[in-house]
Order: sequence, then C-alpha cells, then structure tokens
Amino acid sequence: MNAPRLRSRKLDLKNGRVDLTHGSGGRAMAQLIGDIFRDAFDNDLLAQGNDQAVFDMSAGRLAMTTDGYVVSPLFFPGGDIGSLAVHGTVNDLAMAGARPLYLSASFILEEGFPLSDLQRIAQSMGAAAREAGVKIVTGDTKVVERGKADGVFISTAGIGMAPEGLHLSGEKARPGDAILVSGSLGDHGVAIMSSRENLQFDTQILSDSAALHGLVADMVGACGPHLRLMRDPTRGGLAATLNEIAHQSGVGIRIEEDALPIKKEVAAACELLGLDPLYVANEGKLVAFVAAEAADELLAVMRAHKLGGDAAIIGHVVRDEHCFVQMTTSFGGERIVDWLSGEQLPRIC
Amino acid sequence: MKYVDEYRNGKLASAIAATIRAEARPEQSYRFMEFCGGHTHAIARYGLEDLLPENVRMIHGPGCPVCVLPVGRMDDAIKLAQRPDVTLCTYADLMRVPSSNGMSLLKAKAAGADIRMVYSTLDALRIAREEPARKVVFFAIGFETTTPPTAIALLNAQSEGLKNFFVFCNHVLTPAAIQNILESPDVRELGLIRIDGFIGPAHVSVVIGAGPYEFFAEEFQKPVVIAGFEPLDVMQAVLMLVRQVNDGRYEVENEYIRAVTPEGNLKAQDMVSRIFELRDTFEWRGLGQVPYSALKLREEFSAFDAEKVFDIRTVPAKDNPACECGAILRGVKKPTDCKLFGTLCTPETPMGSCMVSSEGSCAAHWTYGRFRDAKQERQAS
Repeated sequence: MNAPRLRSRKLDLKNGRVDLTHGSGGRAMAQLIGDIFRDAFDNDLLAQGNDQAVFDMSAGRLAMTTDGYVVSPLFFPGGDIGSLAVHGTVNDLAMAGARPLYLSASFILEEGFPLSDLQRIAQSMGAAAREAGVKIVTGDTKVVERGKADGVFISTAGIGMAPEGLHLSGEKARPGDAILVSGSLGDHGVAIMSSRENLQFDTQILSDSAALHGLVADMVGACGPHLRLMRDPTRGGLAATLNEIAHQSGVGIRIEEDALPIKKEVAAACELLGLDPLYVANEGKLVAFVAAEAADELLAVMRAHKLGGDAAIIGHVVRDEHCFVQMTTSFGGERIVDWLSGEQLPRIC
Repeated sequence: MKYVDEYRNGKLASAIAATIRAEARPEQSYRFMEFCGGHTHAIARYGLEDLLPENVRMIHGPGCPVCVLPVGRMDDAIKLAQRPDVTLCTYADLMRVPSSNGMSLLKAKAAGADIRMVYSTLDALRIAREEPARKVVFFAIGFETTTPPTAIALLNAQSEGLKNFFVFCNHVLTPAAIQNILESPDVRELGLIRIDGFIGPAHVSVVIGAGPYEFFAEEFQKPVVIAGFEPLDVMQAVLMLVRQVNDGRYEVENEYIRAVTPEGNLKAQDMVSRIFELRDTFEWRGLGQVPYSALKLREEFSAFDAEKVFDIRTVPAKDNPACECGAILRGVKKPTDCKLFGTLCTPETPMGSCMVSSEGSCAAHWTYGRFRDAKQERQAS
C-alpha cells in the first residue's frame, strides 16, 4: 500500500473495476493505493509511503489484536464492511480497557469488483477511524481472480495502550459478580439478515456497529478496580460470550430473560426468522462482569454514555462445577443457554 | 410484541399451573404425549416442566420431521447430491443429519457436492430458473405443514414449463403416525409406555383441521387437545387434558381456536391431493414401516419426481446400534436413557437424528434442560 504517488490517467472511480493489474505490484496498484486508500485514510504515518509504520510508544502495556471481515452483504443498514472492520478491531482492544491507537488493513479484492464500491468502503473506513481517534498506518492489497473471493475481504490488526494496573481477563469472574450489557441485543445480526433476505419490515433495523472505547474509558475511570472483565458479544451472540466466560472462570452464570434489553423490532424479526436474539451477533455492545458492590454505579456510568443508554444488569455469577449458563425464562421456568451449535447466520462479520 | 407476548405471559402461566396442581388428583399420575417437536421445543425452552406438578409428566413424541427420516433416505439424498449434474436444495436442519458411513450432507458439500440451503421451496425454484443447465432437486421433507409449499413449487414449475426442477418427496402424515404409536406393542402389549392423552399438533392441524383426530380419540379412548406452539397454549392444553382424564372423557378438543378450524385449510388440502397420493407404506425412523403414512407424487407429475427421474431405490440402512433414537421417538425411552447422550452424541457431533434438529427430544433436553440431570444427581448423592 505504501508506494509513491504517480502521475497517470485518473482511476475511473465511476465505472471502473478492480482487475488483476491492481494487485500486480505495478503502476496500477500504486495508483489504486494512492487514489483510494491513502486518500481515504489520510494520516501522516501512511503518507510516508513505507512498507511499515514506525512510531514512538510511551512506556507501559500494549494490547494487540487481529481480525478478518467477510460480511455479506458488504453494505448493510447502519454500516458496511469498512466501518465494521474499524469498529470490530477497536472493540477487541477496548475490551482489555486499552486505548486504541493504530490499525493495519489488508485487502483481498476480487477481480471485477467496482472501484466505486471500493472507494465507498475505504472512505467509510477512514471516517470510522477518524471518529474513533485511531490511524490506519499500514496496509496491503491483493487481487484474486473472479470467483476466488466475494468482492472484498479485509483483515486488520490493531495496537493500543492498556492502562497501568488494570488486568481484565476472561478467568476473573467470581461467584456473586454482577453481569451487565451495554444495550439492546441482536441488532447487527438482524440488520444483516434483513438486508440479505430483502425482508420488508415496517421499521428498518440498523446495525449497532460502533466503537466502544469511549464507553469503556468512562467505565474504567469510574469502576476500574471493581471490573473483572469485558467482552463484545459478536458471533454467537450473548450466549457464546457467557459460555466462554463460564468455562474460562470455572463458574456458573444465571441470567433473567426479563432483564435482557431487546428491541421490539429485533424480537419480532427473530420471531419471524426463527432466530434466538441470544445467539445473534452484536457489533457495538459489550458485556461487563463487575464486583456486585459496584454494579449500580457502573450501570449509572454506562447509561450516561450515548452508547450505553439501554444498559442493564442481566444476571450474576454463581458457583457451578458444570459451568452452566442458566436463564430464568419470563415464563417462570428454568433453562440452559447453551453454545450455538452449527450456524445460525452465516457471514455476519 | 403483539399476539406473541400474550401467549408467553408468566403470570397467567403460574395461574394455570396452580389450577393444574389443584385439579390433578394427587393419587393419580398423568402422562401425556406431545406429538410435535414444536411442542417439545416450547416445553424445554420455556422450562414448562418446572411449572407442572410431579404427577403430570410429558412424553416426547415423534413429530420432528428431521428425526423420523430414515437413514436410507438420507443416503439417497447424499447420492443425488454427489451427481455432478445435480444441485440439491435442502432445509438447513438436514445438513448435519448423520447417515451411513459417517456421511452427512454437510460433509458431502465440503467434498464438493453442490448442496444449497434454502428457506423456502421458492428459493429452489429460483435456482432452477437461474441455472437451467443444473438439475435442481428439492429435498422435500416434513409433515402436512410443509407439503402445501412443495405443492405450490410443483404447480409453478409445471406452469412455467421448467424442465430442470425435481422434488425428492419425503412428506409424511401425522394421524398415521399417532395411530401407529397407539397400536404398537410398546403401548398395547408390553405396557412399556402409558399414554393418557395427546397434545395434538399446532401447524399441522391448521392444514388438516381437527377432524382427523376424531377416529383414534374414539377408537383408542384417548383424549386429544390440539394446541398452539406458545408456552401458554401448552399449559392450557395440559389443563384441558387433566380435566378430560378426571371426567373420563376422550374427546378431540381445540385449544388453538385462533388458527385451527374443524375442517382445516381446504384450499391447501385440495392442492395437495391434486399433486400427491398415498404411499402404501413408508419407513419412519423409530417406528419402522408405517402403512399409508407418507405421500408420493402422482403419475402426472412424474417428470418432476426425483425418485423416478434419477431411479432412486432406497436401501434400508441401520442406525448406530447404540443409538436409542428409535425408542426415544416412540416415547419408550428418555434421552438420558441413551448411553451416547451427552458423551459421544452432542449437537456438535450428533450420532442420531434426535440430536440434530432443534425439535428433536435429545437436542431439546441437551440444549435447554440438562441442568436438571445435574440437579437430580446432586439430590441422589
């Protein structure tokens, strides 16, 4: 991605398409990178045009993550693969309480993909990065033959600074801890599904795709010493996240169905499509485990943030050698909330 | 959510539960079979067993279309899909059903077979239209509920003159299966199960109406209450069954009056009978050969009949010998009676079909109810 700007005929961003020369390392590739990516991501480190970005870091603990994005469709209500790639990577860093700083972005492009769509994706990515206060400082572009990919795949890596003294981790849940979610569940998966199947809902459901590090910073600032762990319930939904944590910490989890924030439209769409919102992906929500005595304060802090308005305490941690995640249904019975088996929604992120 | 929340109202549920507790005679036990997997799923998902008194127990029936499909027919579907000229369209539940030699549609797909998961018969039709060079076979399974959509697809294919759309028909009939259970040696002679009444199917009854259950309610003197799939429907149906047993009645009652009429959906029935006819016999997993229990395409639709066009001759195949799906489908055994349950057989690595479909008894118990086993173990020790 990091090649000098060249003077040649402009890319046809209106009708042009990605072809194999755009990945060949020649002039066409340099032009693609310059006109689409460098323009959209626009920052000093990328502008240096090197094969790597070199930057100073203050002393302390670093957080690092990587992620791949293959969502279909590429554009969906409330976002696209570009903004999703930024939000997803930022959130993975933020779940350690880290402040995200730098991202890399690698693109696998399918021959024939419209350049106008690629530009739209890159600009959305750049905008999401600027809004989140992170820089996309290095990248790569490859083109594969038609049929060998599905439009665009994006892989990212991210680096952030973790605050001193804060050690959030999946094995830290303890019996008695309170469990909070930052808002309504299942919005992203249902938004994807509704755009994919062309279902005509009266109300359009938007993906919740958003960068959560601002919310996290407020939570850490107010309740840091009491926080055990945070996680963003993406693929597999809340159910997968709670099961992961129950097993990592060797505890049981009890939640209340009545306490789960689920939008009416999402509940209705799930009902229609035969989905369970507990298993549907989120891209702008987090689950936090916190010592019981700090639960109310944490809830207040979350609700005061624009991304946590619908935050709720949904349950608590218990001793349980079987590590069951169990739910009291709104009907008054008990049931297990198991891992998702098989695929509920393919390619949601 | 309107028209849904009303049927999931916890307060009403506890009121009905209290009435059941008050009316069920303490010295008597009540054993009811819910025929449909949809009811099994609702019972497990909403934790209804926690609301019923100890002496009112539910036995899970065979009404899960994926579960009752015999291995031989799965083998046929896989063989079809492996033909280079065939695109097999299937509902997603069937993908992981184990068949002979450890194969499944999922594995066949990974090995290169052209298998597509569809949500509706119309998706399969669309694929046939868009890809005229492919022979598109729709893997049709299900009870009376899914038969009309298959019929519509066939009528559309006929009127459009589609030459590359075929149906591999495995549609089965509910009343024949209930009768088979009541006539089985398990119930009549061996006394392995006692069934005091049935919760009748919800969606199936929307199509066939309440009439078809009259015969065996009368003949076998068993009460039937047709119920919706919402948890309050099930609770109400259990109460109605308890009352019938207490009164010594054996009638067909309809709890699901918001959808089920005595005669059912006549338009759908008419369409189905124009296209399909009864098979003399059909193999059900768990029940074996059941006479007049399944449908095939009529002669005039044979150009669409995958069985004829691809000359499918089903070879009966055996289940894993340790798998208890058969006995579980007949209500003779519980999932936890099976040695494979939760050890070798889980939703990720199913050995039997009852663990695959979300409507299967084993999957329902594993997914929603297995904490009760741990509770029982604790109490026992």
